[in-house]
Amino acid sequence: MKKFLSLLLVAALALTLTFSFVACSNETANGDEAGENNAEATNDIKVGFIFLHDENSTYDKNFIDAAVAVQNKLGLTNDQVIMVTGIPEGSECYDAAIDLIDQGCTLIFADSFGHEPFLLDAARENPDVQFCHATGTMAHTAGLANFHNAFASIYEGRFLAGIAAGMKLNEMIANGDFTAEEALIGYVGAHPYAEVKSGYTSFFLGARSVCPTATMEVQFTGSWYDEALEREAANVLIGRGAKLVSQHADSMGAPSACEEAGIPNVSYNGTTIEACPNTYIISSRIDWAPYFELMITAVQNGTEIPTDWCGGIKEGSVKLTDLNTAVAAAGTQEAIDAAKAQFEEGTLKVFATDTFTVGGVALDEETLADVDTDDTWTAETKVVSEGYYHESEFRSAPYFDINIDGITLLN
Amino acid sequence: MSNIATKKHEPLFHIVKRNAIPWWKAWIVRAISILLAVVVCSFVTILLTKQNPVLVWGAMFKGAFGTERIVWRLFRDISLLLCVSLAVTPAFKMRFWNCGAEGQVLMGCLATFATVRFLGGTVSEPLLLVISLAAALIAGAVWGLIPAVFYAFFKTNETLFTLMMNYVAKGLITLSIIYFQWENTFGSQIVSPLRIGRLPKVYNDHLVIILTVALITLFMYIYLNYTKQGYEISVVGESENTANYIGINVKNVVIRTMLISGAICGLAGFLLVSGKDGTVSPDTADGRGFTAIMVSWLAKFNPIYMIITSFLLVFFQFGSKEITRSFRLNDDFSEILTGIVIFFIIGSEFFINYQIKMRKLTKEGK
Repeated sequence: MKKFLSLLLVAALALTLTFSFVACSNETANGDEAGENNAEATNDIKVGFIFLHDENSTYDKNFIDAAVAVQNKLGLTNDQVIMVTGIPEGSECYDAAIDLIDQGCTLIFADSFGHEPFLLDAARENPDVQFCHATGTMAHTAGLANFHNAFASIYEGRFLAGIAAGMKLNEMIANGDFTAEEALIGYVGAHPYAEVKSGYTSFFLGARSVCPTATMEVQFTGSWYDEALEREAANVLIGRGAKLVSQHADSMGAPSACEEAGIPNVSYNGTTIEACPNTYIISSRIDWAPYFELMITAVQNGTEIPTDWCGGIKEGSVKLTDLNTAVAAAGTQEAIDAAKAQFEEGTLKVFATDTFTVGGVALDEETLADVDTDDTWTAETKVVSEGYYHESEFRSAPYFDINIDGITLLN
Repeated sequence: MSNIATKKHEPLFHIVKRNAIPWWKAWIVRAISILLAVVVCSFVTILLTKQNPVLVWGAMFKGAFGTERIVWRLFRDISLLLCVSLAVTPAFKMRFWNCGAEGQVLMGCLATFATVRFLGGTVSEPLLLVISLAAALIAGAVWGLIPAVFYAFFKTNETLFTLMMNYVAKGLITLSIIYFQWENTFGSQIVSPLRIGRLPKVYNDHLVIILTVALITLFMYIYLNYTKQGYEISVVGESENTANYIGINVKNVVIRTMLISGAICGLAGFLLVSGKDGTVSPDTADGRGFTAIMVSWLAKFNPIYMIITSFLLVFFQFGSKEITRSFRLNDDFSEILTGIVIFFIIGSEFFINYQIKMRKLTKEGK
């Protein structure tokens, strides 16, 4: 019994210690309803963000950074911008949305493709709350006034990054590192669906626009975030003779494998220069800040949020990170700037049908894509006209999912 | 050498197994360990985040009891975890290490979802529910039966066998999603939730789940403590030889128990799909099959104590998520806190089973 008493005493002592510590560290952490009579918050908008992972994923970090930037720009408090991370693509997304509404949010944003059906359920039940969903495909057919999709014409950014890759290949060929016929690009992709296919195809077309002998091999990991698998996929590609690697998956697996092997890497979602100073060339990414600002100010002003919004280079949604001049070939920046100007003028089209073939022939105007999501997954919309494939024009989320000549899928 | 031998060397402390400890003392040890866990977590919070720990613990309670909706969801998740824990318990009591609850739950999920997709619209809604429930029970039972049969007749290692069956179940779900085109073959493999074949709403979405699991808890308590079969399970667990000697057919008991264990996992799968998610993916069980092992073990295989242990685990899971959100920390921090708490809870069992004897000083008379 004595022992128990002394144990109890120890516990009590420890507790008092903690609370005395508490007294020292009275940092003003955000209380619950503190935002109400805050002078800065002239309008009482509350925005809820739902993220698939936390900032350890480059994909989510890109969204989180944009949300924080817009929060600061618009002068919103932490109580007005509530971020929920680690929400899986399941009923947890619906629950998270409802919780955010309970906390007073009138605008909810979710960042992952698989969140969509669950967010849609929440939108149906809460017509007074606005819902915005990145990368989704259902808003334009759902018929709900409060449910919106958004994406960016990132294929243009990929094309520009592809130019940097092609220039690098040309430089290595000129140096005599390998012959023009050996200019093989390796690409680590997450899943074999349109978002990824559109991405690597535009990247490849960008590279081939400057290095005509380039070919590409793609290795899928079957996961958006799996560091070990992405690293392994990159190593497989390098082992097969890839002279340059790019990726569309969210961990540091592929870039760090490249750094170890000394193979140049074109990144995605953001710069990897700190971890990979000797191989990182450039990265394309979507900047979500313009869209976040648009949706928040729309709710503040009571105006409509576009049902299906696609940002481009002009809107500031498609960005390239700083070029790593230590690795990139000379003249890369100039070549990118020239192509960028052509995109803004509308004279350059990524998927111009005279630049690629499918099974040896160019796409004709009867080509269909699955733009409207339905139960049978049938392609129903004609997407080729005026000499190019109209990506992201009938719907913001990519739908280009054609296997073109020159790209080999390994799995 | 000789003068060393005369000096009696004794370590500073040594560890002795306790004979028995009264239940109230055991619970005091547990309470203290949780208290200490709270203290350690507070220090870690101050050191790593510079946040006020009182606010942090406040956030934890808010995360678990913040709104009526959250409380309902808390009890729903406790029920689901408890259901899987109840399922693994009879097998554990028998010392059959069933690490395959995850797979057995997933098979229940898959059977429920498949039944609704294939029969939906052709039969009435109540009948659809009954059929999908039956399918889930059978699927879970079969997934439990396979390793049991191999164990009973070929003495295969049940731990490895059941573990491997988890991966097979996950693979089967991915395969089904692609093969039956429940989702766009080239899509993200996120299957849209079902609109039919869902558990009826009674008061809200969660009450049916909670009541079902309450019934199962009662059933399992009675089954383990007051039935002949429950007694046979205990005997087999104590010693297979004794069981054989007194005429218990060990093979039958193993197979029968794993059928029950698997079927209850199947029920948990049914509740997950029909009641909670409405959809199926390889992650639908969300690790409950493994967490359940801890719940069952910490409660000493007592179904009533399991209510407390599953409450604790789910409470900390909910609370630490809210901490992450309120203070804009990343997900790892909530996992650190949960880890510390679990460490202390498991550690308390050590102090309940063993005591530390300090080196006796001559002054101390005991």
